[in-house]
Amino acid sequence: MADLPKPEELVQIDHSPSLHKGLLGWMDTPVRIREGIALYAGKPQSLEYVGMPNPREWNPLDEDWKLPENWKEIILDGLRERLDRFRSLKVFMDICVRCGACADKCHFFIGGGDPKNMPVLRAELLRSVYRKEYTTAGKIMGKIAGARELTYDVLKEWWYYFFQCTECRRCSLFCPYGIDTAEVTIIGRELLNLIGLNVDWVAAPVANCYRTGNHLGIQPHAYKDMIDFFCEDLEEVTGIRPNPSMNRKGAEILFITPSGDVFADPGTYTAMGYIILFHYLESLGLDITWSTYASEGGNFGFFTSHEMAKRLNAKMYAEAERLGVKWILGGECGHMWRVIHQYMDTFNGPADHLEVPVSPITGTRFENAASTKMVHITEFTADLIKNNKLKLDKSRNDNLVVTYHDSCNPARGMGLLEEPRYVIKNVCNHFYEMPENTIREQTFCCGSGAGLNAGEDMELRMRGGMPRANAVRHVHEKHGVNMLACVCAIDRAALPPLMEYWVPEVDVTGVHEMVGNALILDGEQKRTTDLRGEPLPGMEEEEDV
Amino acid sequence: MNFVVSIVFSGAVVTLLVLIPWVGVGAFDLRVLFGIVIPYAAVITFFAGLVAKVIGWGRSPVPFRIPTTAGQQWSLPWIKANRVDNPKGNGGVVLRMIFEVLLFRSLFRNTRMEFRNGPRITYEFEKWLWLFGLLFHYAFLVIIIRHLRFFTEPIPFFVKLLENLDGFMQIGIAPLTGYQLPGLFLSGMVLLAAVGFLFLRRLLSAQIRHISLPGDYFPLFLIGAIGFTGILMRYLLKVDIVAVKELTMGLVSFHPTIPGGVGVLFYIHLFLVSVLFFYFPFSKLVHLGGVFLSPTRNLANNSRAVRHVNPWSYPVKTHTYDEYEEEFRDKMVEAGLPVEKAPEPEEEASEEETGEKE
Amino acid sequence: MTLEELLLQKRDAIKARWLQAVLESYPPDSRRFFKKQKDQFANPVGHAFSTELENLLQEIIEPSDPERLRASLDRIVRIRAVQEFAPSQGLSFLFLLKPIVREVVTDAGRDEDLQREMEALSTRIDGAVLAALDVYMTCREKLYILRADQMKNQVSALLRRAGLISEVPSWDAASEEGSENHPLNST
Repeated sequence: MADLPKPEELVQIDHSPSLHKGLLGWMDTPVRIREGIALYAGKPQSLEYVGMPNPREWNPLDEDWKLPENWKEIILDGLRERLDRFRSLKVFMDICVRCGACADKCHFFIGGGDPKNMPVLRAELLRSVYRKEYTTAGKIMGKIAGARELTYDVLKEWWYYFFQCTECRRCSLFCPYGIDTAEVTIIGRELLNLIGLNVDWVAAPVANCYRTGNHLGIQPHAYKDMIDFFCEDLEEVTGIRPNPSMNRKGAEILFITPSGDVFADPGTYTAMGYIILFHYLESLGLDITWSTYASEGGNFGFFTSHEMAKRLNAKMYAEAERLGVKWILGGECGHMWRVIHQYMDTFNGPADHLEVPVSPITGTRFENAASTKMVHITEFTADLIKNNKLKLDKSRNDNLVVTYHDSCNPARGMGLLEEPRYVIKNVCNHFYEMPENTIREQTFCCGSGAGLNAGEDMELRMRGGMPRANAVRHVHEKHGVNMLACVCAIDRAALPPLMEYWVPEVDVTGVHEMVGNALILDGEQKRTTDLRGEPLPGMEEEEDV
Repeated sequence: MNFVVSIVFSGAVVTLLVLIPWVGVGAFDLRVLFGIVIPYAAVITFFAGLVAKVIGWGRSPVPFRIPTTAGQQWSLPWIKANRVDNPKGNGGVVLRMIFEVLLFRSLFRNTRMEFRNGPRITYEFEKWLWLFGLLFHYAFLVIIIRHLRFFTEPIPFFVKLLENLDGFMQIGIAPLTGYQLPGLFLSGMVLLAAVGFLFLRRLLSAQIRHISLPGDYFPLFLIGAIGFTGILMRYLLKVDIVAVKELTMGLVSFHPTIPGGVGVLFYIHLFLVSVLFFYFPFSKLVHLGGVFLSPTRNLANNSRAVRHVNPWSYPVKTHTYDEYEEEFRDKMVEAGLPVEKAPEPEEEASEEETGEKE
Repeated sequence: MTLEELLLQKRDAIKARWLQAVLESYPPDSRRFFKKQKDQFANPVGHAFSTELENLLQEIIEPSDPERLRASLDRIVRIRAVQEFAPSQGLSFLFLLKPIVREVVTDAGRDEDLQREMEALSTRIDGAVLAALDVYMTCREKLYILRADQMKNQVSALLRRAGLISEVPSWDAASEEGSENHPLNST
């Protein structure tokens, strides 16, 4: 009995060296790779398929990561090259004054308390090596100048913490110099990929997207089959069977959405929402097609390297050109829209084969997409609603008390704030905002973006999503919110388990699922269920009467 | 880096930097070195270093348009866009940068005052960071402008005006016995107070202490020492202002002289300033220039409307539609998906297919 | 004065010391943040600890409703179950209360009755620990369920399409059909 530690001793046990050696300084606290936080390693076949370096079986929990002999040289050369290519990186490496304004803005730090999740330290992991290699002071003075050698341990630390960042840019909002950790993480991961350090949940989707067009590797006939399946379901709900077209040449508009919407609930109901909307608009002059080749809006390449992002993104314009469409409409997705909005035209433009998007129904010219020629579906739908083109029955969503989660990338990498809100307020009666410092540009991440929504890192995801869940709980308790709306496929995959853990009473929906519920189709039967096949309370009663 | 080591190291270096001119001028009378050579070298290093740094940054292109958007985008005409926090054009960017550089807008975002924890309103500590950060920088600016009186003849009106503004507090202060105190400048006091705050914040907040490097303490100590020696000269151990001005005017007119009667304290002050100039381009202090080049702040959010070009863009290998169709053609045809090329009538394959169908 | 009265009187001080002790289990950097940041949305962890330790203390001193105790434990343990803690450390925060209370009692003088009541209180804390263990296990199980479901959820619609999964009829539906037929009741 005497050997058992007392509780107060227990608390002080140094169970996690990476956390507790505050006095020694973070540079000297070695990383400890933990299960439940670390992701699985990328599989060799995934890397091989897209020609990424050093494909092999390896395990992050092992000592030996099976790196090439000259790994250090590869990384340092890669860093030099990127410093010459990205002003962002070069400036961000030099100007941080460590004021700490970003420190408590990261959802992983807020929920977990690991100091290396403070954005400033995450960037210092890279910055310290930069100083050692590329600054005079760092070369001469070493640690005194905040510089350190790139060792095996430092490399492991990079891998561990660059895959604990969702590239959500919340820290960048508060930084007086606009230092963007997402940029540091993106380039950090790019470097790691040079020596084959990837994670399975990014590498496999990349290979799949490359080959089949979507992240699950679903083949074209199965993709079409799923869409048909939705149409069957929709017939049951509405009595009308839509007939969306696939890979059709000569359509006016190409529609691209993340494939998660086609394969995973509750995204599927959002996909059904799109199908209903397009069917409704057909008679008003909408001429739109889906594509199996460009069947993934989300870009997992963006979580790998700029080059891979470009390679995967190329399909969008290529398919638009092949089909001869005039412009592209994009579904609800987060990082997909950061790539489309801030990168696509630069990557793979100019899209001279396309025209400036004009809504065929309202005639609105989307000047804001004049060059990229791709419009966000909530921009498109908001315009329809504003012009009174949609017949909507808000009461069909009366069973929902809705709040809206701004997805990080559309919020901070685009500024899509009002459009989805406008749509939501026009399709449902009960809408409540979460507290101001958790929404819009200050929105909290779902904790699973940028390739982190795997299964093995569930602990990380739950703690990272905790600040978001906490705000949801608040509106749940205060207003009885039972539905969390979002415009992101990763959110739709990541928020349900997050809610199940923290606020089990709240479910997750895409915005266009609610549009699909509210939209009144010509000649439809009386709806007794929503798109999920769940009974609509009010409607049933009427039937009984 | 352990913070104790960081602080001790930085403190020791600054102490050493005080001792060097003290001994150099006091014991060895190296006035030319400390009064002329080192200041010139420092100023040259400062400008050359800073220009090199900025050119270095500028040489790296901005391949992608990546502003951090902090407000509603410009999309549909009836949705009110936030022209400053999410600028659509260069006008908005200029405004955003002005807010950023002159008012530290992003840092201020930190300090929203709607904290609720029960009925109490609590003030977040970080609010002070914005305030003291701003005070620190403006006090510094005022002091630099005030010092123009040593480098101009006649003294420009705005320097005098600023001095009057800066010194308006002196009215209430009675002279100490034995000393005829000159006008008390607010800026010097504010600067020292801000340096004190910024240091204590680094020291007392575990979070900030954890991330601090010697490179964070050293400039604070150095600037503190500069301010302190300046204040000493002005209020307590007065130096011969006329002689000092002769020296400084000599420096700017490139006819350097070493007038007599300038005390060692002045040389210490001048040396510390020189060190700051030396140190500047090689340290985090370059944020002075960097903030203007930050791509998340100085770009308009119009990348969908206007194409942004990446100068080093190179062709990449993609998976073309043809390759895709080649792999899945039969399945696509079977599923009724249109294809570019009709499938080749392969005997075995088609038999298999029909066999499956039956 | 009974122990209950004594503790109620010193409740705020006890709670403050308890909170401090709990926060000691975090690295200094995060400790400060959890403690200082008062905004409940900017600092959900610190806020939950601060409010729920208070509720917990109330329930331990004056037990009213086991559900309230459980709810408070749930708020705290659910967080600690996904942070960098071994299970023992995750739950040790309850034991931390004992020395704090004991000190308060000792300061109040060596009253025999107090000591006896102290025994009872100590037992109540042990009970809370057991309840916390239940919560902790539920949370960890939930994590593993979520982990296991992850793969399935990513392709849930496909599985449904392929007829590989069918949705279990809801409990109500099953009971309407007659509870005798329910598989759980058949044994």
